[in-house]
Amino acid sequence: MIASYLARRAIGFVFVLFGLSVVIFVVARVVPGDPARIALGPLATAEQVAQLQQEMGFDKPAIVQYVDYLGRVLHGNFGRSLLTNRPVSADIVEALPATLELVLFTLLLIVLVAVPAGVLAARWHNTWVDNTSRLLSLLGVVTPGFVVALVLQLFASLFHFFPLTGRLSPNLGFIADITRLVLVDSLLKGRFDVFADALSHIFLPSLALSAAGIGQVMRITRSSMLDVARRDHVETLRSFGVPDWLITIKYMLRLAATAPLTILGLEFASLMGNAFIVELVFAWPGFASYGVRAILSKDFNAVMAVVLMSGLFFVVANLLIDLLIGIMDPRLRIRRT
Amino acid sequence: MSSATDLTQDFEELSNLGRAWRRFLRNPAAVIGALIVISVVVAAVLAPLLAPHPGHAGSFVDFRNRHIAPSFAHVMGTDNVGRDIFSRVLFGYRVSLLLVVGVLGVAVPLGVLFGLLAGYFAGVVETAFMGFTNVMLAMPPLVMALAITAVLSPDLVNSMIAITCLWWTWHCRLVYRVTKSVAAEDFVEAARLAGASHFHVLFRELLPNCTAAISVKTTLDAGFVILFGASLSFLGLGVQPPTPDLGTMVASGAQFLPEMWWEAVMPGLAILYAILGFNLLGDGLRDMMDVEI
Repeated sequence: MIASYLARRAIGFVFVLFGLSVVIFVVARVVPGDPARIALGPLATAEQVAQLQQEMGFDKPAIVQYVDYLGRVLHGNFGRSLLTNRPVSADIVEALPATLELVLFTLLLIVLVAVPAGVLAARWHNTWVDNTSRLLSLLGVVTPGFVVALVLQLFASLFHFFPLTGRLSPNLGFIADITRLVLVDSLLKGRFDVFADALSHIFLPSLALSAAGIGQVMRITRSSMLDVARRDHVETLRSFGVPDWLITIKYMLRLAATAPLTILGLEFASLMGNAFIVELVFAWPGFASYGVRAILSKDFNAVMAVVLMSGLFFVVANLLIDLLIGIMDPRLRIRRT
Repeated sequence: MSSATDLTQDFEELSNLGRAWRRFLRNPAAVIGALIVISVVVAAVLAPLLAPHPGHAGSFVDFRNRHIAPSFAHVMGTDNVGRDIFSRVLFGYRVSLLLVVGVLGVAVPLGVLFGLLAGYFAGVVETAFMGFTNVMLAMPPLVMALAITAVLSPDLVNSMIAITCLWWTWHCRLVYRVTKSVAAEDFVEAARLAGASHFHVLFRELLPNCTAAISVKTTLDAGFVILFGASLSFLGLGVQPPTPDLGTMVASGAQFLPEMWWEAVMPGLAILYAILGFNLLGDGLRDMMDVEI
């Protein structure tokens, strides 16, 4: 059963990725300027431009360019960046782990804060606990990420508690070469000083990034828990005298968890987007500065790669979450298409 | 139809509306939201009259009065070239609301139309539309909008285009879901049997069932479009200076943190205020009309 469920999800996954590559290609193809001319600058001769155009295949028909592009992308070759004059894939490999670390840590933060808060709000429904958490979740949802980031920076600069920018203090001499995620590698290598330093660096950006997600997930967890609380089996367990905490965790949360998980998957998209903003504010050495520079300088190949990778992560994240939901709620393996 | 049934119908509709209205008024959050939205709209429309320094909206320079902290003369302080931030915020709301109207004015009808078609006609139409919609939904919207604005060169109209390209999909999916569940009901079948055209069924039978959900979603969206536009211009890929855009104001004010905190925080709070208003109003409407989004 789980295998056919997986197969169905995987087919959808391939289809969506294919569509994604088409859309991105179409968007990038309508660049009004001439990418070759932009790369070479106004002083280049017409022959030089024509030569670069030919080199990069800009002179061929769109469909041929697309097929070439897809073939190269499937081999992990995104072409050469006009901006850094290096292979885009090398740039991506360098920038991606930092963004990934930030986004994953933020997801963890969201789950650790929002789910318990939502459960508590539902447990003490319509009391001050509920009202406070609802107000906070509303604030989280309506405050733009960059405002949260700037306000956190403001406070951090007043109290000197957390570092304002960067991913790691420069004097530690630590190279994350196992998973490329500093938090994981420092633990694997037993460097707890590095781990603490990395944690203090990631905390503020990740807090800024998590605000909206915490609000959303808390809201959904609360309403979903309230929904489950009215079911018959909960009533029955209560009348048997099963302890409250056991009912909440074992018999309610598992049922109620599918809705917040789904939201979490969708939230991943805005995390990837907002990471751009948060990374810029906190000078986090990830995708964002590269992506924004690539976009401003119309670096065709780099823009396509950045968008495609962001889309890929979103789709993969949602696939994983669907899988998790399928494991947690067996009924859905049959119903979901 | 006799006039007697007409009357009962009118009466029932009226009392339904009346009931909904009373339910809305009993919800303090929704009323606050409505008031905030009204204040933002009034601020935007009457900006030239309300702003203490209407001339500061554009590229005005007064270096003697730069970096003044909030005071009675300048309630939100002044920026790095001596412009009154409060005046610029009022004009900034114009840009924000223009963006909202531009985006939702195109994205909502488009999404609704596609959603109706996909939900009503099964088969190829459904697969094609929803397949495309799902692909569009699989892209992180901000990243995609960044790419589109960059390709088109950043300004107000192009951010509108970029956001519209992404936004219609949400309405498409919502309307698709509602239509799909309603299309199976007997009255649709009955209308078809009575000889109604597809056009009639789509726009007179199915669409009215979607309006509640659409209006709630559109209200909530207004806030998120403002947020989205502000994020774009914060990154320098949206509205360009000297047009007073709230996101751009936050970005340029951020250079003077933490000493001149008001230059970034005040426009930031102005964005938050507008989004909060649309959000509270949208949530209130959702409770009032009892729809799921």
